[in-house]
Amino acid sequence: MTDKVLSAPPHVEPVVFTRDMLDWLPWLEPMAEQDLTARHMAGLVDAARAKSPYFRLLVRDPEVLEARTKTDKDIFYNPEAGLPRAERELAAAATSRFNGCIYCASVHARFAATYSKRVEDVDRLLAKGVGTDLDARWNAIVAASVALTSTPITFGPNHVDALRKVGLDEASIVDVINAASFFNWANRLMLSLGEPAAAGKA
Amino acid sequence: MSDVIDTLAGIAPGSPLDAIRNQRLQARTHAQASYDSLFRPKSEGDASKAERLAIACFVAGLHGRPESEGFYGTALAEAGAPAAWKGAIAAAVASAKGQGPYGHYPKGPLSVEDKPGPLFKLSASERTVLGSRLAAAFEHTHMLVFHPRDSAPPYLQALIDAGWSTTGIVVISQLVAFLSYQIRVVAGLRALKARPA
Repeated sequence: MTDKVLSAPPHVEPVVFTRDMLDWLPWLEPMAEQDLTARHMAGLVDAARAKSPYFRLLVRDPEVLEARTKTDKDIFYNPEAGLPRAERELAAAATSRFNGCIYCASVHARFAATYSKRVEDVDRLLAKGVGTDLDARWNAIVAASVALTSTPITFGPNHVDALRKVGLDEASIVDVINAASFFNWANRLMLSLGEPAAAGKA
Repeated sequence: MSDVIDTLAGIAPGSPLDAIRNQRLQARTHAQASYDSLFRPKSEGDASKAERLAIACFVAGLHGRPESEGFYGTALAEAGAPAAWKGAIAAAVASAKGQGPYGHYPKGPLSVEDKPGPLFKLSASERTVLGSRLAAAFEHTHMLVFHPRDSAPPYLQALIDAGWSTTGIVVISQLVAFLSYQIRVVAGLRALKARPA
């Protein structure tokens, strides 16, 4: 039996939500780079991900990883219609903030800040949490993400109405639903299979 | 093209939401591919189909979503799982239900946001019916559903001790995480459909 839990090397644990780049340390053994076959490389989608311990752990089931990654990319990167990229990232960041995934929140807060240029608002969401006042449109997107993330799910007609009232069309509302829902997938993997570490600090 | 999300959300081909879902065709296709690879796996060596469906029934039950409970309940019965599992899963759901997300943060400024809550342990009778392997998976699943930020290495050790391989743990983690997504997409689309503009 070679299966075992890994003990993380010495590292600095982030204790606040941040837009800083973080590392991620796996608690289970990723596949070794030299053991990756063509099937695994297809699962990684981007060859550069062979360097990432997170993706080399998930690639133990390459078919699920490939499908997960292609779902992710289309929800966030597809430029056709719907919600602007900045606000898809806002939904991802708000979901991650509410679930408590410091790693995912760091990545998607960076994207939300970059695409929206609203750095102070994004930082306030990270510092104060999902109840903070941003503006009517962002508040509605954050509230919808929180309602979708709660278990039991509390998303309902009032959230749909609130999103329409601030100008979201049907395709944009579906983007909010997809983005927040997807981060309920991503957060659970990041939180439960390893831990974040301040980049380059040991 | 109809898929599991359409089935669960009641989206008809040619309807407005069908057209909107097609604007994210890759996401739509690969959400279905995720479902297919989790529930029609190439290999059952690390997690059997019956185990996967039992966990799915538990996840659906914890979310209290009848459409998903019915769908995965039917699939479990058709997969030839022991008849006693159905009652054991229902009993586990009844004793495990809660409100999430809760859990702890690393000690520091975020500690004021800690929201303590229960760690689920399966009762002895359900443990006997489901076996120690599925029992460990259910206990882990409860944490992933309600308090994922409490995750820590000892919980993975408990899965290994119960006989799960590293790959098996990746599979069941993906399964619970994927269902956390699928159930929410369905809930969101149903709410939108029920509220025409």
